[in-house]
Amino acid sequence: MTSSALALGSVFAAEGGGDGFQAPGLGEFYPEPIATFSLFGIPFEITRITIILWIATLAILAFLIAAVRKPQIVPGKLQFVGESGYSLVRDGIARDVVGPKGLPFAPFLASLFFFILANNVMAIIPFAQISPMSKFAFPLVLALICWVIYIWIGIREQGAGSYFKDILFLPGVPKPMYILVTPIEILQNFIVRPFTLAVRLFANMFAGHMLLVVFSLGAVYLFSRFGENFSWVFGPVSVLMAIVMTFFELLVIFLQAYVFTVLMGTYLNGSIEAEH
Amino acid sequence: MSILAAETHNPLIPPWGEIIIGLIAFGLVFLVFARFVAPRFEQVFRARREAIEGGIERAEAMQAEAKAALDQYRAQLAEARTEAAQIRDQARAEGQQILEELRAQAQEESARIIARGEEQLAASRQQVVNELRGEIGVLAVDLAGRVVGESLEDSARRSGTVDRFLDQLEGMAAGSPDGRTARGGATGSSVYVQGDR
Repeated sequence: MTSSALALGSVFAAEGGGDGFQAPGLGEFYPEPIATFSLFGIPFEITRITIILWIATLAILAFLIAAVRKPQIVPGKLQFVGESGYSLVRDGIARDVVGPKGLPFAPFLASLFFFILANNVMAIIPFAQISPMSKFAFPLVLALICWVIYIWIGIREQGAGSYFKDILFLPGVPKPMYILVTPIEILQNFIVRPFTLAVRLFANMFAGHMLLVVFSLGAVYLFSRFGENFSWVFGPVSVLMAIVMTFFELLVIFLQAYVFTVLMGTYLNGSIEAEH
Repeated sequence: MSILAAETHNPLIPPWGEIIIGLIAFGLVFLVFARFVAPRFEQVFRARREAIEGGIERAEAMQAEAKAALDQYRAQLAEARTEAAQIRDQARAEGQQILEELRAQAQEESARIIARGEEQLAASRQQVVNELRGEIGVLAVDLAGRVVGESLEDSARRSGTVDRFLDQLEGMAAGSPDGRTARGGATGSSVYVQGDR
């Protein structure tokens, strides 16, 4: 039973109680755990969202392995799709955004892209219909990995002194301005970047899911009250909006996976090449 | 129930369990991608690039070969042309030479032929003159003897009148080349003068 179905239950429960429409809330993202266990004192919950995460992970791995199982110069359909995705990241981001030294990062960036994409797609796959990326933990993990990597690469490529000096004291800025610029730069490079990276992806998937659920459940509720208070107008409108929003969600799914990867590319570029 | 849950959760505070699960899931994807998927894609790209570049290289080699052949052909053609021009010039010069030689030879020949003809003509003229001289003398004496009615042969032979007359006649003919003097003379003399011309 999906969490939306639980919400659907509460819609009808509300109907029965004559309480009006109960909009789905945060409970959407906290489904009942199927199993819980504790490892080294850390509680683990197996919920439908973690299962969706694993399904997405295994599906993308299966797809990628199938795509390169028999690599050929003239690609088959599956290989072509895989290659297109990898080329998009390798040429469009690793080479063009990160720079001439960017190609070694192509596998990392591509696995980011494919991992996010696979998880995002779950938002519109029937029966799953929620992206694990709408749980803050998962985007946060990715953003923290990116954070560690771009700082580490910056130190490796420019040397710790030069890297931190360039960030703290932007070259070409008048000295008194450092009072203003240095705190902003520290905030920007070490706190805002990973946070926005994570929040952007999380919030998009979160809001997308909420939109879909509200319109879908709204449609169900309005049809259950057919004939009352213009619900015969707003019911179909709600269905239509749910469909339109699904297509919009499809766009967001690809866009957010790409944006996350491109931004990581620009951060890596800043770390590899001396800034400004 | 779900509304109740919403009140106890803050969506921006992630549970550690999920962070670790996310880490493992992404780590798995990255590991497989970096170890297995990306190298194979790179291998395919390399193979494709080599196939394309190999094709280009082959085409370039063929082009170079064709160009070399064309250059060689052109050089040979130019060589042949100069050679032909040389041969033509040489032939022309040789032809000129041969022509001149032939002309000289022909002139020589014609001069020789003319000379021989003149010689022959002179010889036959001399012969005719000698014959006529004898015959005219005999005829004239004979005719005169008949006119006079006695034989003048002996006296004519004795005195050499005929010869003297003929010599005189000859001298006159030499004096006036148009042969006016021959009018009053013998027909034989007239024939002689015409033949002399």
